Amino acid sequence: MSLIKNLIFFIASMSVFNIAQAGWLDLNMTEGVTDLSQEVFGLHMLILWICVVIGVIVFGAMFWSIAMHRKSRGVTPATFHESTSLEFLWTIVPFVILIGMAVPATKTLIKMYDHSDSEIHIKITGYQWLWQYEYLNTNVSFYSKLSTPYNEIYNKDTKNINYLQEVDKHLVVPVNKKIRFLLTSNDVLHAWWVPDLALKRDAIPGYINEMSVVINEPGIYRGRCAELCGRHHGFMPIVIEAVEEKEYEEWLANADKVKSSDVAKINK
Amino acid sequence: MSSVVKDEHHDEHPSGIMRWITTTNHKDIGTLYLWFAMIMFFIGGLMALVIRSELFQPGLQFVDPQFFNSMTTMHALVMIFGVVMPAFTGLANWMIPIMVGGPDMALPRMNNWSFWIMPFAFSMLLSTLFMDGGAPAGGWTLYPPLSLQTGDAFPFLIFAIHFMGLSSIMGAINIVATILNMRAPGMTLMKMPLFVWTWLITAFLLIAVMPVLAGGVTMLLTDKFFGTSFFNAAGGGDPVMFQHIFWFFGHPEVYILILPSFGVVSAIIPTFARKPLFGYASMVYATASIAFLSFIVWAHHMFTVGMPLAGEVFFMFATMLIAVPTGVKVFNWVTTMWKGAMTFETPMLFAIGFIVMFTIGGFSGLMLAITPADFQYHDTYFVVAHFHYVLVPGSIFAIMAACYYWLPKWTGNMYSETLGKTHFWLSTIFVNLTFFPMHFVGLAGMPRRIPDYSLQFADYNMIASIGAFGFGFAQLIFLYLIIKTIKGGTKATDQVWEGAEGLEWTLSSPPPYHSFNTPPVIK
Repeated sequence: MSLIKNLIFFIASMSVFNIAQAGWLDLNMTEGVTDLSQEVFGLHMLILWICVVIGVIVFGAMFWSIAMHRKSRGVTPATFHESTSLEFLWTIVPFVILIGMAVPATKTLIKMYDHSDSEIHIKITGYQWLWQYEYLNTNVSFYSKLSTPYNEIYNKDTKNINYLQEVDKHLVVPVNKKIRFLLTSNDVLHAWWVPDLALKRDAIPGYINEMSVVINEPGIYRGRCAELCGRHHGFMPIVIEAVEEKEYEEWLANADKVKSSDVAKINK
Repeated sequence: MSSVVKDEHHDEHPSGIMRWITTTNHKDIGTLYLWFAMIMFFIGGLMALVIRSELFQPGLQFVDPQFFNSMTTMHALVMIFGVVMPAFTGLANWMIPIMVGGPDMALPRMNNWSFWIMPFAFSMLLSTLFMDGGAPAGGWTLYPPLSLQTGDAFPFLIFAIHFMGLSSIMGAINIVATILNMRAPGMTLMKMPLFVWTWLITAFLLIAVMPVLAGGVTMLLTDKFFGTSFFNAAGGGDPVMFQHIFWFFGHPEVYILILPSFGVVSAIIPTFARKPLFGYASMVYATASIAFLSFIVWAHHMFTVGMPLAGEVFFMFATMLIAVPTGVKVFNWVTTMWKGAMTFETPMLFAIGFIVMFTIGGFSGLMLAITPADFQYHDTYFVVAHFHYVLVPGSIFAIMAACYYWLPKWTGNMYSETLGKTHFWLSTIFVNLTFFPMHFVGLAGMPRRIPDYSLQFADYNMIASIGAFGFGFAQLIFLYLIIKTIKGGTKATDQVWEGAEGLEWTLSSPPPYHSFNTPPVIK
């Protein structure tokens, strides 16, 4: 009986999701909110369309052949079985297309590796299973961990819209300034990923990885750990809040105080 | 028939279970490998269904996240080492001696040993499910430091991998020795069927990279139990070095899992198109090029570890190059079909399904090669969709195509074409229902290997789970069909398929216990 009840509850809750969420429309990569993330999106779409065109030609030829060259239509099979010029052609043409993809990809990659002129430096450390953010050259430092209640995870409460992508403390950064992230880990591998910023790097113990970003639009951007890190790998989200510079300065001034009590708490 | 009678005095072997334990016959060992793969296919499939059940809806419903991680880890290990590799080795055992016109494998006793290691290796691996601390849960890639957090299961995992490696290396040596030494007079290398060629190249890949994996996991073992610090940053070691070692094995391994499929498809398409394979020589060269390139692209699995720019660019270019020989193969298959006189029996359906869906997996592979875009794809469901497209409707479909193609030859009975076609269409519909939506959730931002997800991923995960159950149950038709065909059915002719060419079709169906005691005459 309770099984049936549960089932009804499941179905009912699913239909609520369907109305509440635009999940069916989430089909593609985000364009993001940085110049580079838009370039990455452009590359993604370029390669996708090239693949679609090649696919239409190759599968088109194949399905034409399947439709027309079938024994039931009484055709006699041809006997040709090699052609050096054809083989040459379909080695060279793909090669040229590949060069067409490689050039813009390399240009974008070079830009992504340019961390010069960064104004704000933030060190990110991965732990099982939370993130630590340290604003270098200030004494702001805090931990940021999942704030979704267990009752939602274990299906006792209705899941809120930011289920599994909400944290207790946001990483606050200013817009229109170059921010450099320094990434490491204190235990196992993690990966820090925010799709809207097109940033993903592994956090590796003993390594400091670099990435940088200029965010164009204020807003709250949500990401996740993207490298298997143990039992709670699915439960260490990232929330980054981009604000106007003035607001950021205010936040930073107040964050200082928050920090010392935090440290005291953690040292207990 | 007379040749069968004449050979019978060679056929004395123990009966019952001892026949299978002591056998040195390539056909018996091939059968053992194939049944082993079948059993593992259902075990690994059950693990996949545990994963898909948990992911049916957001929230934790059925299993603990740790057990979920064990399932993803074990599913991969079982499917790669327990299904695809043994199935291809089984096909090689059955077909290669016949295809080259030899009497048996070159090293029959080692052949027995290389099979019988496998059940022990997998008993050891599967026994970890019942151990303190649970089965390995650090992913099949075994990345340290996480894999070093495994409990009692750890040494069992490592030794299981050692045994699988031993078995694969011995199998590979045997195949190389057979192909190079057991060919009938006149069977020159460039007359060999492509299945033999692709396996020859695969065997060299195996011999080259399995020892690398064995070395890497041994270093993990000493890090865990003997105080070494190969991969421990605090001791001066380097966790990223493991990834380089692993993927130096892992990328050629990917081609180990797919090259024999190319051979199978290159046998089936010409048969049912009634037209010779287009570009035989270019197929051989393309296979060899792919094998060579597979050694210099490993770090495309590691674009996010923070390699220097030059490294990223090199591995991006090298990876993109693989599209060229792979494209050549697809173009050759399509041109083989062009102006043929095709019929669409089950093996042909699976082979065409292979070409289409493997190519889709190839396209997403090309997208993944583009480093800046890979930063968005890496470790998401987009990657999961990609490698399942090349492995399930890729390798697995090719294995099934091969089973349908040669089953009448192996058993002497025709299978039911209706059941076979039902199996094909159900598998094709459900495999796409399972894996195509994974592209969407991956692009929308869902990481792989998570037991629970935020709400925007819910719809497509539900679809994928429904597809997975459909695909799983469709495989029961395959099992039923094979058992039914072994038990009886319409007798198959020696030729079986109208357009089939090759030495296997000159033998009776089923073939005599020893294939060619007198070498056949090669035209």
